[in-house]
Amino acid sequence: MNGVHDMGGMTCYGPVKPEENEPIFHAAWEKRVFAMTMLGMGQLDTLDAFRHAIERMDPTHYLSSTYYEHWLAALEALAVEKGVLTPEELATGVAQETGKRAEGPLPPEAIPAVVQGGAPCNRVEGRLTPRFSVGDQVQARNLNPTGHTRLPRYVRGKNGTIAQVHGTFVYPDTNAHGQGEQPQPLYSVCFTAQELWGPDAAATDDLYIDLWEDYLDPA
Amino acid sequence: MSDDHTHGHSAHDAPPNPYLEKHTTPEQTAALEKRVQALESLLVAKGLVSSETLDKLVETYENDLGPINGAKVVARAWVDPAYKERLLKDATAAIAELGFSGLQGEHMVVVENTPDTHNLVVCTLCSCYPWPVLGLPPAWFKDAAYRSRSVVDPRGVLRDFGLELDESTAVKVWDSSAEIRYMVLPERPVGTEDMSEEELTALVSRDSMIGVTKVEKNT
Repeated sequence: MNGVHDMGGMTCYGPVKPEENEPIFHAAWEKRVFAMTMLGMGQLDTLDAFRHAIERMDPTHYLSSTYYEHWLAALEALAVEKGVLTPEELATGVAQETGKRAEGPLPPEAIPAVVQGGAPCNRVEGRLTPRFSVGDQVQARNLNPTGHTRLPRYVRGKNGTIAQVHGTFVYPDTNAHGQGEQPQPLYSVCFTAQELWGPDAAATDDLYIDLWEDYLDPA
Repeated sequence: MSDDHTHGHSAHDAPPNPYLEKHTTPEQTAALEKRVQALESLLVAKGLVSSETLDKLVETYENDLGPINGAKVVARAWVDPAYKERLLKDATAAIAELGFSGLQGEHMVVVENTPDTHNLVVCTLCSCYPWPVLGLPPAWFKDAAYRSRSVVDPRGVLRDFGLELDESTAVKVWDSSAEIRYMVLPERPVGTEDMSEEELTALVSRDSMIGVTKVEKNT
């Protein structure tokens, strides 16, 4: 969707303001939201669906709230949409039914394996043969889907060059919407700064972005 | 941060944005604490998570992961040319050699700064970041100012951090739009030829591995 999250290229937000000696978390609640999301989200939906739930936030709320408040909003939304919590439970904080899940929650001893093992998104099934090779000229498609996409507006319709073929990866545009992983080739695509931003941009500069095959046409 | 970092830049003059006043008053924080405690009790009652496991995950990200990991990777690459070659060819495997792997670092790419090329990493659509080597991202990496402007005005963003690049230096911006995570291999500062790997590790800052600063030799 063409949401407020798709920020690349805007210049209205002022200078970057680093914080001296910044703590990892700024409040106790941020720690709990981080951990609940990391451990609970996978039982609700995919990472892509989670990102899309953030994108579906009210845009004024999105811009006026912190990062972990985005996570909180998405976690609450998906818990209700997936039927784990009722809206009444969320509003009152009181569980009406205590669901006893067959597997039970993950024990603390499992954390090192979860953190160090990760959740790779490359696949050995799906569309395995890349259509493009390094050096090929491509054009980012002018797509404006109403659902989730990782094709930002600032590259749509622009011409670039395949810089690297990463392999076959889960496709977020379907995986966010319960339509399966539908893995397909992923590329690093190089766009010149002048192609993206016009003749005033530095002729020396380039932008690299990872784009799935269905985002691209031959140029 | 001091005003010096933004002095003379046009973004310094951007008007105050009413949406960017984040919810961080004591009252707002208290309300969030209450809301998050209620959500945790609900998700525990439903059997999705246990509070002990949440504690363990938070401890892991507070204590075991951080930019010291990435600094070790950089220092090793500086002192060991064969390691550097492996790192630039297959970063995920080379980083795992030092014991770092997992969530949000499953597919790593390391890009090298040279005397004539400077790399900068951003995620314009959310805030993707290489957790195993850099830990959790600082707030500025997740804020609108950095996410929006890095792609259109990377040299201006670098000026916000006090780094003025020569016009002849090529800037490469990497927008982490997929599940590939990027880390910058900064240039080794001159005058560090006699330093040990451990001493070099202490020089490498988080910001230099995002690409918003260079590594400086301590004076």
